[in-house]
Amino acid sequence: MTAPRLVYCHCAYAKVVPAEVKGEVLRRLCASGREFEAVADLCEMSARKDPELRRYADGTPTRIAACFPRAVKWLFHAAQAPLPAQGVEVLNMREKTADEVAGRLLEEDA
Amino acid sequence: MNRVMLADDASLSAEQRYGAVAALLESGFNVRRGAAEGVLPIRASGREPRAVVDAALAAAGAPRAPWKPWFPVIDYDRCTNCMQCLTFCLFDVYGVDKNQKIQVQHETNCKTDCPACSRVCPEVAILFPKYKAGPINGDVVKQDDVKREAMKVDISALLGGDLYGALRTRQTEARQRFSTERDASKALLERKRCLKELGKQLDIPDEVLMSLPTVEDIQSRAERAKEKMAQRQARSQTVKDHRPPPSDKEWGI
Repeated sequence: MTAPRLVYCHCAYAKVVPAEVKGEVLRRLCASGREFEAVADLCEMSARKDPELRRYADGTPTRIAACFPRAVKWLFHAAQAPLPAQGVEVLNMREKTADEVAGRLLEEDA
Repeated sequence: MNRVMLADDASLSAEQRYGAVAALLESGFNVRRGAAEGVLPIRASGREPRAVVDAALAAAGAPRAPWKPWFPVIDYDRCTNCMQCLTFCLFDVYGVDKNQKIQVQHETNCKTDCPACSRVCPEVAILFPKYKAGPINGDVVKQDDVKREAMKVDISALLGGDLYGALRTRQTEARQRFSTERDASKALLERKRCLKELGKQLDIPDEVLMSLPTVEDIQSRAERAKEKMAQRQARSQTVKDHRPPPSDKEWGI
């Protein structure tokens, strides 16, 4: 089974994601042996229409640790990189605990 | 380029890796762990996180253009293309595409911390991902939210009724007071106080409220948008009508 692509958003330009949650999720990612993409701010990538977003939306099973799934969905859409309906899971660091997010992010089965 | 990787990742402790990655993210770099093309390799071992960032800045070359982390995003699952945001926004953030579909066209025009268009949207279809509260921040829209938003700022009520009505009443009262007291500053203070109260209720910055267009402005803006659309439709119709008629060959004669 292919391991899902892991994307982590640091929401660097606002304090809306609790610092202790995003800090702990990043710490656990860094301690894992897994490959990942840590991005400074998905909003910035959307505003700049960063072509990397298209790669993240290419259909590869992906887990994104960021904020509200509705916001992430439409941020990708705004950058002309709509997320596929299947295979992408958004984990909300604004509402979930670091344990919940990191646990799911690093779970083995895709 | 702002995409980097730690070239000596394997030799770092988890804590060193975390320190370097967190510092790079805070400075606007995206960090890839694992080999990939088009990623700047940065060495981190033996360096403090700040020095890793300096190395990345030096390797990246010219700094990227600044951006503004405040702009609206449209939820097209909810949007009904009613154009209220387009007619309401004071800063021309919205426009329409060639299919007359509403879109965010000039996001950098958006007034930081102003969620007014989102409040005006009858379908709660406008998000500001960095807003503090739901559903504007992208949280799930509940039936109560739709009711509350509609109740709070039906555009006609906001611009034609409640707000302007309240302002007019206040202004009239202030004018009466002014005529008796001859004190312009008191009237102005009263207007400011009234706007501040409304601004607090709607979480709209003072300067936006102070420059709200009049009902007439909004109506004429809506008219102009309609005219533009009509002109565009007429133009595309004219282009269609002026195509040369199909040849005999094309007709299959």
